[in-house]
Amino acid sequence: MSHHIVEVKDLIYRYPDGTPALAGVTFRIEHGESVGIVGANGAGKSTLLSHLSGCIIAQSGLVAIGEIPVTKKTLPDIRRAVGTIFQDPNDQLFMPTVEEDVAFGPLNMNLPAEEVERRVAMALSKVNALHIRKRPPYRLSGGEKRAAAIATALSMSPDILVLDEPTAALDPRTRGLLIDLLHGFTHTKIIASHDLDMILDVCKRTIVMYKGAVMADGATEQILADIELLHRSGLELPMRMQSCPKCAGKDKES
Amino acid sequence: MAMLNTVLGDIDALDRLSSRGGIANRIDPRAMLIATALFVLAVVSYPKYEIENLLPFFVYPIIMISLGAVPFGVVARYLLIASPFAVMVGIFNPLLDTREMIVVGSISISSGWISFISILLRFSLSVSGALVLLACTGYVRTCAGLAGLGAPRLLVTQFLLLYRFVFILADEAYRMARAHSLRSRGARNPGVSVFASLAGHLLIRAYDRGLRLHQAMLARGFDGTLRTNRELRWKPVDTLFVVVCASFFAALRFGNVSRTLGELVMETQR
Repeated sequence: MSHHIVEVKDLIYRYPDGTPALAGVTFRIEHGESVGIVGANGAGKSTLLSHLSGCIIAQSGLVAIGEIPVTKKTLPDIRRAVGTIFQDPNDQLFMPTVEEDVAFGPLNMNLPAEEVERRVAMALSKVNALHIRKRPPYRLSGGEKRAAAIATALSMSPDILVLDEPTAALDPRTRGLLIDLLHGFTHTKIIASHDLDMILDVCKRTIVMYKGAVMADGATEQILADIELLHRSGLELPMRMQSCPKCAGKDKES
Repeated sequence: MAMLNTVLGDIDALDRLSSRGGIANRIDPRAMLIATALFVLAVVSYPKYEIENLLPFFVYPIIMISLGAVPFGVVARYLLIASPFAVMVGIFNPLLDTREMIVVGSISISSGWISFISILLRFSLSVSGALVLLACTGYVRTCAGLAGLGAPRLLVTQFLLLYRFVFILADEAYRMARAHSLRSRGARNPGVSVFASLAGHLLIRAYDRGLRLHQAMLARGFDGTLRTNRELRWKPVDTLFVVVCASFFAALRFGNVSRTLGELVMETQR
C-alpha cells in the first residue's frame, strides 16, 4: 500500500472542555490527489489536519497514513510521511536563520550533514528562497515567511503535504506565486482554506466540513458551484463563479 | 514597549554580528566560553577595593571587539543600558563605608567610593566579556558550545527555546500595548485592573503561541534535543587561543601589571 494514501474512518474528537470538534469524519484520499477541505470557522478543518500530522491523536475512530495508523508509537513514521504547513508561518519558524529552520527536520531524522545540506538547498530552491537562507525568519516578508515555512516541510521529503490556510494574509501577487508553487508539487496535497478560488485552482476534489462532520465530498467544480450547499455550510461562491467580470475574464484566458 | 522592541532588536543584531566570518567569529564556541569564564572568574576574584589591577583587563574585550569587528558603540550602549543594576548594587557604599582610604591632593576619597568604582569596573568588564561572547560566537553557537562542554542537554535546549520565547513574548506584548493605546485616548497608565488583565492575556497568548511552536517542532521530528547543523570542530588555533587567554589572565591576576608598567615607565624617564 502506498504511503501517500490517507484514510480517516469514523473520527471523533472532543476538546478537553467537552465541545465536540469532529463527529464521525470518514474519507479516503488516494495517491497524488489534491484535496481541499473547506468549511466555516469552527467546522473542524484545523482539528482534522492536526490529526493527519499526529499533533492530535484520535480519541475514537481511525486515522491512517498508508498502512500506518496514527498513534503515539508510529509518530516518527507519520511525521516523516506527512509534511505540515501551519496557518501562521510565525508558528513554524523558530530557529535563528531560515537555513537552520529548514535543516531542523532533516537533522531530527539523523541524516548525515551532507544530506541535510543537500535537502536544505533543494527545498529552498523549490520555493525560490535560496537568497534568504542566511536571514532570520522574523525579518522576512509574509510571502518569504510562507515560502520558508513550506521549505521546512519539503526538506523532510514528505509523501503528503498538509497545508492549513496557506494563502492567509498573502498579497495577490504572492498568493499567485504560491498557487503556481502548489501546482508544481506532485505530492498528495490536503489543503484547508477559506480561499475557495485557490481551492478551485489547485484541488480537483473538495471536502466540505460543517460542525465537525463531512457535509459533502466530490469534484471541486461541482461542490463549489452548488450555491445551496455552500450556503448551508456557511460559505459563498468563489469570486470566479460570482460573475465577476475580472475573474470571468481570467477564467476565459485559462 | 517600543523601547523593549528596540532592545530585543539590538540583541538580535548583536547576535547576527557573529555570522560575519571574522577572525573572532571562527573561534570554536567552547574555546570562547572557556576564555570568557576564565576572564569573568579572574575579574570577580579581586578583593572589593581593587581598582588599578582591574584596568588592564579591558585589553581583552578591546582586542576581541576589534577582531570581531563589533562596533564599540553597540557594546558601550549595552553597558549603559545595564549599568543601573550595577549602580543600584553599589550606590550605598559611599554612604555606609566612609573610612578614608586615599588622599589625592587635598581631596580624601573614602573606601565606599573605591568599592563603588570597583563594582562598576567589574560590572563593565563582565558585561563586555559576555557581549563579546555573544557578538563573536552567536547565541546558538554559544549554546552548542555549552553542550559540547558537557552542560546538560535539557538545560541547553531550555536556553535555546528561551531565546525564541523572549521574542515571542515581546511580540505579543507589543501587539497588546498597541491595541490598548489605540483605545485608551492617549492615557499611558492603564490602571491596575486593566494592567492585570493585559498581563494575564499576555501570558495566555504567549503560552498558546509556545504550544503552537511546540506542535510545529513535533511535526518535524523534535524529540527533546535541539540539533543544529553547526558542527563544532576544535582546531589547534582554539587551543592556542585558550592558552594565550589563560596565561594573559593569570599574568594580570597574579602579577601587578599596572605597577610593573608604571615602574618601567618611571625608570625609562630617569
